[in-house]
Amino acid sequence: MKILKLIFIILFLSTNAMAGSDGELNLSKKSKTVKDCFEPLNRATFSLNQGLDKAIIKPIAKSYRSLPPSIKKGAGNVVENLSNLITIPNNLLQGDVKIAVINTGRLVINSTVGLLGIIDVADNLGFPKYEKEDYGQTLGKWGVGPGCYIVLPVLGPSTIRDTAGSFMNIVGGDPWYNASVGANNEFLNENVFLASKVLSGVEFRANNIESLENLEKNSMDFYASLKSLYLQDRQLKIENIKRGNIQIIYNDEGDWEEIDTK
Amino acid sequence: MKKKIFFLFITLILILKSNYALTIEADVFIQSTVNRAANTLGGNLTKEERIKELKDIAKETVDIEGISLYSLGAYRNKISDDQLIRYKKVFENYFLKSFSSRLAEYTNPEIDVYSKKKINESYTIVYSKLLETEKRPEVKIDWRVYTKNPNNLLIRDLIIEGLSLARTQKEEFSSIINSNDGNVEVLIKNLTEFSNQ
Repeated sequence: MKILKLIFIILFLSTNAMAGSDGELNLSKKSKTVKDCFEPLNRATFSLNQGLDKAIIKPIAKSYRSLPPSIKKGAGNVVENLSNLITIPNNLLQGDVKIAVINTGRLVINSTVGLLGIIDVADNLGFPKYEKEDYGQTLGKWGVGPGCYIVLPVLGPSTIRDTAGSFMNIVGGDPWYNASVGANNEFLNENVFLASKVLSGVEFRANNIESLENLEKNSMDFYASLKSLYLQDRQLKIENIKRGNIQIIYNDEGDWEEIDTK
Repeated sequence: MKKKIFFLFITLILILKSNYALTIEADVFIQSTVNRAANTLGGNLTKEERIKELKDIAKETVDIEGISLYSLGAYRNKISDDQLIRYKKVFENYFLKSFSSRLAEYTNPEIDVYSKKKINESYTIVYSKLLETEKRPEVKIDWRVYTKNPNNLLIRDLIIEGLSLARTQKEEFSSIINSNDGNVEVLIKNLTEFSNQ
């Protein structure tokens, strides 16, 4: 049944991705634009999220930043260690068996010797740099288009594909979700799962306080700037573009060439 | 005649020597630009003096006209000559204000330029990192340098953690124009208002 659901989602997204390329002004000769099919609704949700951010999330993130560095480091390590549980199946789905083995080793070492992930022992042992993967990235790697751009309440920017990818987490794709929410035992329950997700969000927000403030201050259309940055970031992650690869720049070569020849 | 030939010869040598002296590598150019900006930000200047100095640095080292045309995207070929002239003017003011305002937030930024990659005759990417502080993690910054004229290198884009600022700006402008039925005047008005704030 779950396989049928997955096939349905992929078929839906493939159709959606094709629809997404229709009628949109293509500003670059090579790069594909992602259609903002629900822009009025997205902008309304964006405003709501900004309100929530200013009233609740940013103050919490600022308080989090004032914690001692060792506590922040430990909390960040725990959250990152848990994310391995989603990364590893996605490494396998993307055919990266070697990386899946390395990440499994990292998870085992950090969860045991590293005291439930508080200490990143694997990093100290010289493991390769950890790169998160998720189901949205896997769908992208499989050739599924992003579909329309959407802004989710509280969670922020996404696409139809990435949102569908997130749903995979709660239909069996996230062992941490299954163990905490699904099992609901003496030690793990829904609250523990939610706390880990909130911590992850607060940590991200705390690391980006200045950069987001700066971007907002210097943007004439903050919504459009964030949308662009989100989509660029997803493109990099799906294509596993490492530092030094300038694929993203080549996407825009047509524009620059035209300017140079004038 | 001999004197003329000698004079021409000396002149030629001087011109060649001067060209050689002016031609600098892209990474040296970026490091020198970064050092200038860091000295400005770390010095004892007032905020106004600091912003003025940063604007001067940007005027000398950034291809503002090129970025203005790039940011217009497909509308570059659709607007009238008059609109283009007005757009370029307000864009420069907008860019300089935005650039200096973004940088003025940083005090004593330490940027380490460590390598470069020549893409073709026109472009070199210079790799650098903004060093970690207590408040922020390390930030990777790549500089897209236009090298077509080796005597006048120009920055065309900053790629921060893989995200292109030029592309972000182009998509922001496109959003503004598209939401106003393709009316570039709205963008010009917004740029003017932003610069006058």
